[in-house]
Amino acid sequence: MERLTPPPIRRIVVDDDPTVVAAPPPGQAPAPANGTVVAGSPLAPAGGAAAGATGTPGASSFVSAPRRRPATEGLGTERMHLEELTVAYSGKEAVKRVTLPVRQGEVLALIGPSGCGKTTLLRSLNRLTELTPTATQGGRIVLDGEDTGLLEVTQLRRRVSMVFQQPNPFPMSVFDNVAYALREQGTKRPGKAALNEPVAEALRRAGLWDEVAEDLDHAALRLSGGQQQRLCIARALAAGPEVLLLDEPCSALDPRSTQIIEDLIVGLRKDVAVVIVTHNLQQAYRIADYVGFMYLGDLVEYGPAEEVFGNPREERTREYVSGAFG
Amino acid sequence: MTDRRVELLLGALASVVLLLIVGMVIFVFTKAWPSFANNGLKWFGPGGNVDDQLIDIFNSPANPANYVYKLRAYPLIYGTAITTIGAVVIGLTFALLSAIFIVEFAPPRLRAVLEPVVRLLAAVPSVIYGLIGILVLVPFIGNDLITAEQKKSVAFVVQLSGSSLLVAVVILTVMITPIMIAIIVDALRSVPRSWTEGASALGVNRWRVIWTISVRAARPAIIAAAVLATARALGEAIMLSMVSGSVGFAPNPLDGLTFLFEPTRPLAATIVDNAEGLSVKPFGQTIYAFAAVLLVSSLLLSLSGWAAKQPLKRYGVRA
Amino acid sequence: MEAHTTPLPGAAAPAPRTRAVESTATWRRRDRIGLALCWAAGILLCLIAFGLVAYMAVRGVQYLKLDLLTTRPLSDLDQSKTGGFLDPIIGTVILTVVGTLLALPLGVATAVWITEYARPSWLARAVESGVEMVAGTPSIVLAIFGLLLFSESVFSFLSFTAQGGAVFGRSFFTAGAMMSLIALPLVFGSTREALQSIPGHVREASYALGKTKAATIRRVLLPTARPGIATGTALGMGRIAGDTAIVVILLGATLQLQSAGDTPGLSTLKGTGSTLTSYVYNNSPAGEGNAPEKAYAAAFVLLLIVIALNFAIDLLSNKRKAPTWSG
Repeated sequence: MERLTPPPIRRIVVDDDPTVVAAPPPGQAPAPANGTVVAGSPLAPAGGAAAGATGTPGASSFVSAPRRRPATEGLGTERMHLEELTVAYSGKEAVKRVTLPVRQGEVLALIGPSGCGKTTLLRSLNRLTELTPTATQGGRIVLDGEDTGLLEVTQLRRRVSMVFQQPNPFPMSVFDNVAYALREQGTKRPGKAALNEPVAEALRRAGLWDEVAEDLDHAALRLSGGQQQRLCIARALAAGPEVLLLDEPCSALDPRSTQIIEDLIVGLRKDVAVVIVTHNLQQAYRIADYVGFMYLGDLVEYGPAEEVFGNPREERTREYVSGAFG
Repeated sequence: MTDRRVELLLGALASVVLLLIVGMVIFVFTKAWPSFANNGLKWFGPGGNVDDQLIDIFNSPANPANYVYKLRAYPLIYGTAITTIGAVVIGLTFALLSAIFIVEFAPPRLRAVLEPVVRLLAAVPSVIYGLIGILVLVPFIGNDLITAEQKKSVAFVVQLSGSSLLVAVVILTVMITPIMIAIIVDALRSVPRSWTEGASALGVNRWRVIWTISVRAARPAIIAAAVLATARALGEAIMLSMVSGSVGFAPNPLDGLTFLFEPTRPLAATIVDNAEGLSVKPFGQTIYAFAAVLLVSSLLLSLSGWAAKQPLKRYGVRA
Repeated sequence: MEAHTTPLPGAAAPAPRTRAVESTATWRRRDRIGLALCWAAGILLCLIAFGLVAYMAVRGVQYLKLDLLTTRPLSDLDQSKTGGFLDPIIGTVILTVVGTLLALPLGVATAVWITEYARPSWLARAVESGVEMVAGTPSIVLAIFGLLLFSESVFSFLSFTAQGGAVFGRSFFTAGAMMSLIALPLVFGSTREALQSIPGHVREASYALGKTKAATIRRVLLPTARPGIATGTALGMGRIAGDTAIVVILLGATLQLQSAGDTPGLSTLKGTGSTLTSYVYNNSPAGEGNAPEKAYAAAFVLLLIVIALNFAIDLLSNKRKAPTWSG
C-alpha cells in the first residue's frame, strides 16, 4: 500500500494590491448630496467609520457623519429620573446605582456592549423586571414626581410603553392589535365605533396608516417584519403614553425598515420621551440627543451625543466608541 | 433487503391497519343493517319501554321469518346525549379554570404537587372510578339524598335507587377532566412569552393577559381536549354500567330535582349489559346497531373538531 | 437634574428590595370574578384529586393482604373461601404482553412508513385517518367487533371450539388482538413524533455516506427514536392494563385461567381467564360477586401498576439528556 501524500498546495494569486480610497481628513464632513436634514444613504456613516479607522485616536469618527436631525433646541421637560437605581438578579447586580434623567423632546440612547445592563435598566423603567421572580431592585424611579414603585403597575405601564426587539404582534387583526390596549385597559370597554379614530391616529403616528388603511382586518402576523414592528409601535402609542421605551427595535429588520423607523422615532420625540437601547453605534449617533454609555452595570458616561461620541471624558467610553471593544 | 422491498413491506403493514378499520366499519354496519331496515327512522324515536323491547327481541322465535326487531332507542340515545354533554360542558369549564389556576395563580409548591397528581388521574382505569362511584356515591345518594316522596312520585314508572343520572354525570366529569386539564395546561404554557410579555407591557392586568392572549392562543388545544373528552365519554361503557342505573329510561326534566336521581343507561353501557345475548341473531343485530351509532358519532365528532379549528387559522393561531 | 456617573467601588450598595405582586384593587369586577372562579376551581380540584388518591390508598391498605396476591381465586358463596387474585394478576400481565407484542411492530412500521415513505399520498392520508379513527373508537365497539370477527370459523385456531362447531371466540389471543388496537395509536403517535423531530440533515448525512434508506432507518433513525417508542409503548401498556370492556367481552370471564388444548403455553393463550379489571368489575355490586373488600384490594394493586407505568413514562420522556443533534 502506497503512502498517503497530502493534496498539493494551491495558492490563490492576487495580481495587485487592492486599492484603498484615501480617507478625508477628520473634521471635514463628506459633502452631502443635498441640504436635506435626513441623510438618505445609510452608507454615509460607514464612510465615516472608514475614515475614523485611519484618523487620530480620540477623535470620534462619528462627528463627521451626517445626522438625521438638527441640533437640539434646548432641554425638554423632564419626565422621569432614576435615582441610584440598582437591579440585581439572584443577588448578582446587573445595574449598579445609576442616576439618569429622561426628558420629553429628546431621544435618550443607551449604548454599551452586550450584558452591560442596558436592557435591564430599560425594563425596570416600566417594572417589567418584576416578571422575573429572581429580580430585586433598589433606588427610586420617579415619573412626573411620583415614585413608580408606589404606582399601580398597570397604570405605570400605560404611561410608559415598550417596544421589543423582536416584533411581537398578537395573533389578531391589525385593528385588534392597535385597539388592544384601549380595550383592555379602561374600566369600560369602548365600542368599535369609538375606537376607529384612536386606532387611525396611532397608525398614522407610526407611519403605517397608508399601508394598512384598506384592510384593517388583515392578519397582523402576515405583515412584513418592518410593518410588524411599526404595528407594535402603533400599539404602544395607542394609549397615549408619556414615555416610549424601545429595546433595540431595528436589530431584526432590514436597512430600509430601519431607516423608516428611525425617522419615525425622531418625529415622535416632540410628544413622548423616547429611550432607546441599541448596540448599533451608528444608529445611536444618527438619532440620539443624549447618550448614556453603560459598561458592566455602571453608567460610565452620560451627556449630549456630540460630546459622548466626539469628545468623551472617560477612557472606557473613548475605547468603546472607537471600536476598541464591543 | 432492498429499499423497494422494505418500502412495500412497511406500506403493507400500514395498510393492514387501514384494512382493519375499514373492515370493522363494514362488518358492524352489515350486521346492524337489519335492525335499522326493520324499524326505519323510528329506530331513533321514542315509544314504549326499550328494555321490554330488547327482551322481546331476545325471545324471538327461531324462525328467521318471525324475528322481532321492533326497537325505539330514544331513551338510550337521550341518556347518552345527556350524560355526555353534561359531563363535557361541566368538565371543560372546570378544566379551563383549573388549568388557568395551575399555570398562573397557584403557589409554586402546590403546583409542583398538583400537576403530577392530575396526570396520574388521567391514567387511572375507568373501572376504579366506577368502583368508587358504586361503593361510595350510590349508597350516599340512595340513602341520604333521595327522599321517600321522590321515590313515590315516580314509582309507577321507575325505581329510584342511588344509581342515577347524577352519579353518572359526576363521575364521568371527574374521569374526563384530568386529561383536559393536562392538554390545556400544556397549551397555555407553550404560548410564546413575547405575546404575554408584550401584553403585560401594555398595562393589561394579569387576568386579562391570560384570558385574552393565552386562552385565545390555546383555543385549538381546548377544542382538541373537548373532542378527546367527548370521545371518551361517549365510549365509556363499564363505569357507566356500574353507576348509571342500568335501566333504559329517559330521565324527565319536568320532574324537577328528581330528574337527577332517575336512572338511565347510555348506549355503550347497554352494549356491555347485553353482551351475553349476542348469539341470538336479531338481538345481536340490534346490539350491532348500537355500535354502529357509536361509530358514526365518533366519526362526526372528529370531523366537527377539525371543522371547528379551521376558522382559527386565519389570524395565525397555530392549530 | 444632572446625571452623574457611578461612584467608585467601595461605596456600599443599597440593599435591594423586592416589590409585591400587583394588587387586584384596580381590576374590573369581571376580572375579579374570573380570578375567584379560578381559585374555586383550583381548590375543588385539589380536594377531589387528593381525596380520590387518599381514599383509594386508605381502602387499599386496609384490605390488601399479601396472601391475596398469591392465592388463586375460587368461586364460593362464603367470602372467606374465595381466595385471592393471583390468576387475574397473571391474566393482566399476559394480556398486556400479548397486546403490546402485537401493537409494537405494527405501530412502529406504520409510523416509519408514514414519516419516511408515505407514497402514494392518498394512501398515507387514508392510513393516518384510519389510525385516528381507531384512536377514537370506543373500546366496547372494538370488543364486539372482535367477538364478531373471531367467532368465524376461520379463526378457530385462536380460541376454544365447543362441541357442535361453534367457535367460542373468546381467549387471550382474541382479547390481546383487540387490545393491540387500543395501544396502536399511542405507539404510532409517539414514534411518529420522535421520527419527525429528527432533523433532516441527519438523514442526509447518512445517505451521503452511501447507506440505503432501509439501513438508515434501521441503524440511525430507529435507535434515536427509541425513547419515543418506549414512551408510546408504556402509554399503550397503561391503557391495556386499565381496559375492562374488551376483557369482559372477549376473555370469557372465568375466574381462573382455563386453558384450552394440550400444548403448554399455547393452551393458556387459547383459553380464557380474567384480569384485574374484570375481577374488580365482577366483585363490585355490579357484577356477580359481592366482595367489595377484594374489589378494593384488586383496584389498589391495579392503581399501583398504573402509577409504576406512569413513573416509567416520566423517566423515559425526561431522558432528553441524550445527545441531541444541536441545531
